[in-house]
Amino acid sequence: MIRIAGVRKTFDGGAVAVDDVTLAIAKGEFRVVVGASGSGKTTLLKIINRLIEPDAGSVTVDGRPVAEGPAPQLRRRIGYAFQGVGLFPHLTVAENIGVTPKLLGWQPAAVAARVDELLDLVALPRAFATRRPDALSGGQRQRVGLARALAAKPEVVLLDEPFGALDAVTRDTLGRDYRQIHETLGLTTVMITHDMMEALLLADRIAVMRGGRILADSAPGDFLAGHPDPYVRELVDTPRRQAERVAALAAQSRGMGAA
Amino acid sequence: MSEQIAAALHLLPTYLGWHVVLSGAALGLGLSISAPLAVLSARSAAVRWPVLAAAGLIQTVPSLALLALFYPLLLALSALTKSVVGYGFPALGFLPSLLALSLYSMLPMLRNGVTSLTSVDPAVVEAAKGVGMTDRQRLWQVEAPLAAPVAMAGVRTAAVWVIGTATLATSVGQTSLGDYIFSGLQTENWVLVLFGCAASAGLAFVVDQLLGLIETGLARRRKAPMLIGLGLLAGGFVLACAPILIAAAKPPGYVVGAKNFSEQYILADLMGDRLEAAGARVTHKSDLGSVIAFRALAANEIDAYVDYSGTLWTAVLGRKDTPPRAQLLAQMTRELKARYGVEVLGPLGFENAYALAMRRSEAERLGIVSIADLSVHAPELTLGSDLEFLSRIEWRGLQGAYGLRFRAERQFQPTFMYKAVTGGEADVISAFSSDGRIAADDLVVLTDPKGAIPPYDAVVLIAPKRAQDRRFRGALQPLIGRISVQAMRQANLTVDRDTEKRSPAEAARALAQAIGAR
Repeated sequence: MIRIAGVRKTFDGGAVAVDDVTLAIAKGEFRVVVGASGSGKTTLLKIINRLIEPDAGSVTVDGRPVAEGPAPQLRRRIGYAFQGVGLFPHLTVAENIGVTPKLLGWQPAAVAARVDELLDLVALPRAFATRRPDALSGGQRQRVGLARALAAKPEVVLLDEPFGALDAVTRDTLGRDYRQIHETLGLTTVMITHDMMEALLLADRIAVMRGGRILADSAPGDFLAGHPDPYVRELVDTPRRQAERVAALAAQSRGMGAA
Repeated sequence: MSEQIAAALHLLPTYLGWHVVLSGAALGLGLSISAPLAVLSARSAAVRWPVLAAAGLIQTVPSLALLALFYPLLLALSALTKSVVGYGFPALGFLPSLLALSLYSMLPMLRNGVTSLTSVDPAVVEAAKGVGMTDRQRLWQVEAPLAAPVAMAGVRTAAVWVIGTATLATSVGQTSLGDYIFSGLQTENWVLVLFGCAASAGLAFVVDQLLGLIETGLARRRKAPMLIGLGLLAGGFVLACAPILIAAAKPPGYVVGAKNFSEQYILADLMGDRLEAAGARVTHKSDLGSVIAFRALAANEIDAYVDYSGTLWTAVLGRKDTPPRAQLLAQMTRELKARYGVEVLGPLGFENAYALAMRRSEAERLGIVSIADLSVHAPELTLGSDLEFLSRIEWRGLQGAYGLRFRAERQFQPTFMYKAVTGGEADVISAFSSDGRIAADDLVVLTDPKGAIPPYDAVVLIAPKRAQDRRFRGALQPLIGRISVQAMRQANLTVDRDTEKRSPAEAARALAQAIGAR
């Protein structure tokens, strides 16, 4: 569905953000790109919907090079949500969600119906439609952000640490909810995160980035089986240790309950 | 007091109307230039710095100078278009005022515009791009609405500045509420000055409040206050324009010019009254600068005004010699006609020369009668002059002839110059020989034994296009040779004195009666 080939991006000042990256994402896949800040993962994501133009290499989505035609047209068929959310503060929740369909020239009635559908999909009450973003909690705002990304029925969705600013519980709920939506709608999702645990729990396939390069690209299970690269091993070790500790505690409490 | 206010109120529709039209047009023009410039500047740092620096630089030019500088510029442009496409345009009045005020309005609009646009949350900008908006859609649907309240605050600031500064348009011949202030200042009519200030401040306050209503509407995203504010502004604008539109619908009349002192106002009213008595419609352009008045006449923007032979001889013809009175007058008349097509209708009969004057007591104590006597004592004395005397050729002539060197030289508005000599802040002043205050303030005029000061016969000048206008010449001709210096001094004094003041119009009627030209 998405093919990234030999993509390179150097910013003014000479810092290499993305260094000859090649990556293929299959239709229907939930791909997570993991990396620390400065690894180039956000730059790579923004190159897909041309928020950033690469210096070299090519990207195709569904067989069509993204460089073809105007960027706004491309972005209207790719969903995009990010940590900052960026809801338009002067518009209602409904207007925020309906913005891309409106840009595409949908009839007002069709937009309104779609807004209701999406509020249901992201599990927000329909009464929220008339609220302004400043009347929402952080988790609710991100749900609206996701609904906005999905409004024009895109096949591809790009997520840049969408749950990063949320508390652990909200984050987990929202992550699972989105994974469910991904399945239901048959989306192709590329998500960026710095959290390996989140990646392991959500992804079909994980790519690890460091210094603008892809260090590893495998299914989550392969990572747990051990990886030759020390940095990747270190990344996986933390959630593994945490999971083992939690599992041990759980076993212990079960044992105590049995006694 | 109440009579003065009634007279001032009578002029209000015209003055306020022009003030509103001028300020509104200047703000509109300023906004329509500033808005796209602000967008460009917000998008590109390379544009931002030069644009904001230029706007800031314009702001540092004193507003009066900015207005005045547009006159020669427009005059040259007008000459250029006349030679290229055959049409010129008036370089005096509305156009220079409009351009200067528009430039003046731009800094607050640009600054607030750029600040408001660049401070839109970057996440919102990223989202706007991410959902697929084009640059234009992002500007209109996201950035403009979010920037509007702060940008509107800039428009408010600009409006207050422009309405205040528009009072200075009077000095380039554009009627405004400044007409009250300028003529009040010249005739020491403080009621008139206050009236002008209050009217301008009141207008600025009302406009600011209405724009504030729109700003509130924008900030709270509520339509009602915006519509009320816009509606009242538009309604007020149309209402204020009405008297001008009605006046403009009448056939154009004669334009009588005046420089910025009492004698000029009185003589302009005297000429205007005679033209009206002959059945013509008359408008006045007052408070013109000395050189601007002549240029405006030569360019047919005003039809007549009174100037003084010595001024025309030195400042307009650039002559440095001082021939005898009659010879100078004859030669000047020929040269003005030949060079500018300007007609000297004739001398009014009195001189208003520069004259050095002192307090009688001081002159007697020091034994000073002539300027030659003065030169001995000058190093211990302070000279008070009007704003142009020290840069005029007559002053250099006096200095050369008598070797005058004063301890200090101070410049005043003519009104305050007389206050300065009576109050002791100056010992010698550059008085005007037809000024009633010389006698009223008990001053003595020093004699000029070397004849260094040229003669200053008051003459009526006529614009080239009125040279053949019989009705026009016929109405003004009876004034020639009829006004004695005593009659002029008396008329000037009734306007300038502190008690029982008359308006220039009243003084003009009294003068007409005194010289039997009614």
